[in-house]
Amino acid sequence: MDAVSWNRFQFGFLVTYHYLFPTLTMGLALLIFFMKLVAYKSGDERYDHAATFWAKIFGINFAVGVVTGIPLEFQFGTNWARFSNYAGGVIGLTLALEGLFAFFAESAFLGLFLYGKQKLSAKMHLFASFMVFLGSWLSGYFIIATNAFMQHPVGYRVGPRGLLLSDMWAYLLNPWAFWQYLHNMTSAVVAASFVVAAVGALYTLSDRHKEQARVFLKVGVVAGLISCILILFPTGDQNGKMVAEYQPAALAAMEGKYETSDKAELAIIGQPDSVNKRLDNPIIVPYVLSYLAYGSFGAKVKGMNDFPKDELPDNTELLYYGYHIMAGLGTIFIALMLTSATKLWRGTLETSRAWLWMLMLAFPFPFIAVTMGWMTVELGRQPWLVYGLLRTIHGTSPKVAGGSVAFTTLGFMGLYFVVGVLYLYLIHRQIAKGPIDFAQAHTIDEAGA
Amino acid sequence: METVWFMIIALMMAAYVVLDGFDFGAGILHLLVAKTDEERRTVLAAIGPFWDGNEVWLLAGGGILVFAFPRAYAAGFSGFYLPLTIVLWLLILRGVSIEFRSLEASTLWRSFWDGVFFLASSLMAIVLGAALGNVIRGVPLESDGYFSGPLFTNFGLSSHPGVLDWYTVLIGLLAFAMLAMHGALFLRLKTEGEVHRRATGLAGRLYVAVLALLVLATYASAMVQPKLLSGIGARPLAWVLALGVLASLIAIPTSLKRTNEAAPFFASCGLIVSLLAATATALFPTILSSTIDPAFDLNTGNAAAGALSLQVGVYWWIVAIALAIGYFVFLFRSFRGKVDIHHDYGH
Repeated sequence: MDAVSWNRFQFGFLVTYHYLFPTLTMGLALLIFFMKLVAYKSGDERYDHAATFWAKIFGINFAVGVVTGIPLEFQFGTNWARFSNYAGGVIGLTLALEGLFAFFAESAFLGLFLYGKQKLSAKMHLFASFMVFLGSWLSGYFIIATNAFMQHPVGYRVGPRGLLLSDMWAYLLNPWAFWQYLHNMTSAVVAASFVVAAVGALYTLSDRHKEQARVFLKVGVVAGLISCILILFPTGDQNGKMVAEYQPAALAAMEGKYETSDKAELAIIGQPDSVNKRLDNPIIVPYVLSYLAYGSFGAKVKGMNDFPKDELPDNTELLYYGYHIMAGLGTIFIALMLTSATKLWRGTLETSRAWLWMLMLAFPFPFIAVTMGWMTVELGRQPWLVYGLLRTIHGTSPKVAGGSVAFTTLGFMGLYFVVGVLYLYLIHRQIAKGPIDFAQAHTIDEAGA
Repeated sequence: METVWFMIIALMMAAYVVLDGFDFGAGILHLLVAKTDEERRTVLAAIGPFWDGNEVWLLAGGGILVFAFPRAYAAGFSGFYLPLTIVLWLLILRGVSIEFRSLEASTLWRSFWDGVFFLASSLMAIVLGAALGNVIRGVPLESDGYFSGPLFTNFGLSSHPGVLDWYTVLIGLLAFAMLAMHGALFLRLKTEGEVHRRATGLAGRLYVAVLALLVLATYASAMVQPKLLSGIGARPLAWVLALGVLASLIAIPTSLKRTNEAAPFFASCGLIVSLLAATATALFPTILSSTIDPAFDLNTGNAAAGALSLQVGVYWWIVAIALAIGYFVFLFRSFRGKVDIHHDYGH
């Protein structure tokens, strides 16, 4: 493996692993604020206890998110020095704003939220939970805006030593960032809703904490249904249209489309064969790709065969599967949540044991879908680091050897494995302890977040 | 505008060391000042609401460095590749040990994380000091604006020094002693009983160590980096800051004898800020010196981002920092006074 591949592998590993945690953080932050709000408005204690229970899990999850996030801020400089040098004058703005506006709010109010229940008034505690939500969602925006510049650069000009900012608002309000942000944030709510509903299902099935389980199921299923629909339309749809417009080579690879054609077909299933340049065993729907990509059934869609090789993503197979797994799972989520919501509305959800089993076991899949979505957008950007401006092979640190990157990659993998095992153990313990017992468990936990 | 950003970064780094410094110090000392489980939980509860927010100053400072001086960020971070990765591993282990330690009742579990917390905090203090030592001494920057520093060579100074040599290790030890003292003064302020008594005793002894190492390090720095002395001589601001260092050094032992517990901690904050700010003032406008050729130095002129970025950034920064200071004042006020793990913490 050459140095560029090691660098790409390391960044891919670190960001994929890290992002599992903020996904839950951002989604839960919204749901916890919502529970606190309901409790505050209605005085319903069950919602306050629910918020307290999820705050415990939030605290553990947040801590792992923070410690695995710090390396990413360093990665741009340590592993991608030529990229930082070239684009730092532009993307540095959002990285700095994230630290200044989002991280400060998030971390200061998290301390107040997790440790301050006895010290603050109910209103201030509600406000602290709102600020944690706001901080984490702002942080998401600044990172997406940074990524959007790499996908679709706007608001810059080329200076003698690299890129310079020419229009701040154009950069901050990149149209790519707008839709990608909404798509990404709804996916975080999907993930958190599935987790909340899964714990509700677990308690109902094991006949424990019935009151709390009812709240979890209700919040999880309602938030889950709304977010699952929003993730397809309009946010997912608009993301697809942007890829079609700005990154047509990525679109062709995502769809496994080799031949250029109008009235282009959408492949639901099939295996791309990049040697013989065809999709094996395809199940297709005619005309639909033209419509989804360009809004007309007759629109022409350019296939991979008609792009020069050095403009095509270098891993078209993984890109194809990333996109198809994401889209397939998203469709299943809608069906799952629609049925759950119907059962909830009819009052039969708590007694449908088979369905509760499904809800309980479904929670890992949104995380898979989110990961696949990010793989789609990042592999689709290749071979560019900043689309059309800087190639990935020209972005690495010139004086860092591949062997050094291999060493640190292995170190990170070992460390993250241990952190992951501990995380699962502690979350498991928190769920096993349940939402009611925290009063008794007070003596053990008081110093922990 | 570049000058303003140089000052902003220096200030934010100083704020980071003052803030995260007291929880590094708490980590270095907690095995000594806190013997029982209850005492250790008191130490953790004293830093619990703050440590994460403190660490954010490092992230925000890093974000601002990319933004304002991308070339310096690119050169520095890639040049210190392995040491920075080790910093990351230490930060991860430290964060995990603080957050996970008290979630399990087992004595073995807790002892393990106490050990990790101590080791990671101690090494972080030394590494931070050594990093500052590297910035003062200079690194083998080449004409392309990048460098690659081996972790160590023969621990001597040359045009191609290692990250660790006798000088940077000395600054590392100074940082270790100084942050330990800083942590002791913080714990003295936040705790009662045995922890308070031990922290007070240690603070006095650490002060002597800080004083000795500081004299040694000042002399060594002047030898290693001639720019430092000439910079201090030429800039009145540096004289004021040097006076601030002296005043803080006098204030710590005198105020330790009185009953006011906040004063020595604030004096220690003053010591750290004035020392770092004096160093930055003396080195200005250089960000990273080259040990190969002064022509390869990265300074505020050749490492800065475009004019528009720096211009709009200042407005954002003023708003953001005003908000951040507001948050932190509120946070520290909400948790003011002594820590009482029986009433205040947990849900």
